[in-house]
Amino acid sequence: MKDEKGCGMSIFHYEFMQNALLAGLLASIACGIIGTLVVVNRIVFISGGIAHAAYGGIGLAFFLGFAPLLGVVGFAVAISVVMALVSLKNKERADTIIGMLWAVGMAIGILLIDLTPGHRLDLMSYLFGSILAVPRSDLLIMAILNLAIISIVGFFYKDFLAMSYDDEFAALMGVPTRSLYITLLVMIAFCVVIIIRMIGLILIIAFFTIAPYIAERRSRSLSSMMIFSILYNFIFTALGLWCSYMFNLTSGAAIIMVAAIFFFLSLLFRRLPRAERKGGAGA
Amino acid sequence: MICFNRPDENRLMPFANPFMPMENVVEPNAIEIHDLWFSYEAQTVLEDVNLAIRRNEFLAVIGPNGGGKTTLIRLILGILRPERGVIRVFGEAPEKTARHMGYVPQNTHLNKEFPISVLDVTLMGRLGRVGRAWRYSPKDKGMAEKALDRVGMLSYRDTPINNLSGGQRQRVFIARALVTEPDILFMDEPTASVDTEWQANIYTLLKELNETVTIVVVSHDISVLSSHVKSVACVNRTVFYHDSTEITMEMLEKMYQCPVELIAHGLPHRVLGKHK
Repeated sequence: MKDEKGCGMSIFHYEFMQNALLAGLLASIACGIIGTLVVVNRIVFISGGIAHAAYGGIGLAFFLGFAPLLGVVGFAVAISVVMALVSLKNKERADTIIGMLWAVGMAIGILLIDLTPGHRLDLMSYLFGSILAVPRSDLLIMAILNLAIISIVGFFYKDFLAMSYDDEFAALMGVPTRSLYITLLVMIAFCVVIIIRMIGLILIIAFFTIAPYIAERRSRSLSSMMIFSILYNFIFTALGLWCSYMFNLTSGAAIIMVAAIFFFLSLLFRRLPRAERKGGAGA
Repeated sequence: MICFNRPDENRLMPFANPFMPMENVVEPNAIEIHDLWFSYEAQTVLEDVNLAIRRNEFLAVIGPNGGGKTTLIRLILGILRPERGVIRVFGEAPEKTARHMGYVPQNTHLNKEFPISVLDVTLMGRLGRVGRAWRYSPKDKGMAEKALDRVGMLSYRDTPINNLSGGQRQRVFIARALVTEPDILFMDEPTASVDTEWQANIYTLLKELNETVTIVVVSHDISVLSSHVKSVACVNRTVFYHDSTEITMEMLEKMYQCPVELIAHGLPHRVLGKHK
């Protein structure tokens, strides 16, 4: 029942497309909130480390024969706690150790899959994502993790804000910045799990960073930056999905390219508000 | 509605010190330091520091760059841990009391793109007095607005902090320290980038606060300080305490380890002995 000549909007009537959009919405919310915190805390590199090391969890799940998504949750959470402790303990050398964990996690995943007899095909969907094949059961896990992220960030909002802006002062005022930092990295692991199906491990970082970066310039507060990021992420996802269907492209890469185009447009239009302000003052 | 220039209403009253029972007046010192040593890696920054700072003291901390002034403040605040020795703030370990201290750090190099308003920055000073969960109360917001008013920044309450000049931002950080309702107020070069008019206003404000709050100010600007402070601590690897504002040439030469030429501007009282 493909809409042969029209604008292609009818694709969103398909159930798999609705699932994909729902997955996209869940991922947009999680990544809008956590991506904002990642960008303002400048922990993009750690996020990349967690995302890629999570591949070890997929390997482990295949090897031991349980649900890959559960493997990713466990492995990513464990690795994020290790990375948090490492970077709290030794700030100067943290990036080196994180880089190592990044690679070792992936290597473990690849080796464990080598050791697992049988199907290897599904693996690509974890590397590059396959949002069109998201099963309902995954949506449920995604929704629960999303709820956890929203509750934690909502509950500790002013503490996350204080830690992100001036962690030394926040710690002085009794904010448990170390625990919050570990919590933030665990939530990054949650996010990885949520978006792994959508755009895959390889492209996660772009989804974390592009929308918050564009949003930061338009926002007067951290919460509005989060809301803008959610909005942008969802726009990128919907447009990317549409492109991927219309032109038969890999969905994850299409979503990231849409985001990248918006990013460059935002750079082009960044000077506009200043010019307007000048004009406004004269009028 | 915020009332301007009504001293009684604008006065920020500090909390009674929760760490000391009311009847215990035996403990006159706000801060006590015994045999303190501190080093970064192999570099000794402070050695054999002994210092007692009385309640309601207004102490100026002076000394050469790299002499350990900021390190000393950060040790008293519990941000750094001493290598040897003991620090007591109202008889307690620094980590326990820190959340009730006011602190204006030295040139805060913070994220230049961070989206946060002046009011939200000021509210951070309330974090030690509120619970962890959810938002600040209207009372906290009222206090933050009063503090902003006292440093002349109330009209900027919703402005993104990064749109301000260095001096304006510094005044916001002072307001952030004030809303803590501090038992002791630590300021590290608080007026470094503030214009002259507001420098004077801030020192007048500090003098008022000093009736109830112990104040410790790190500054290079000895001439401005001299008309306000009650005592001076010179920090250069170790600490010399002077229970007066008279700064002698011997003191300065010992501290800076080279002859110092000081010019006294026409001040209410003289800082220096006659220079021969």
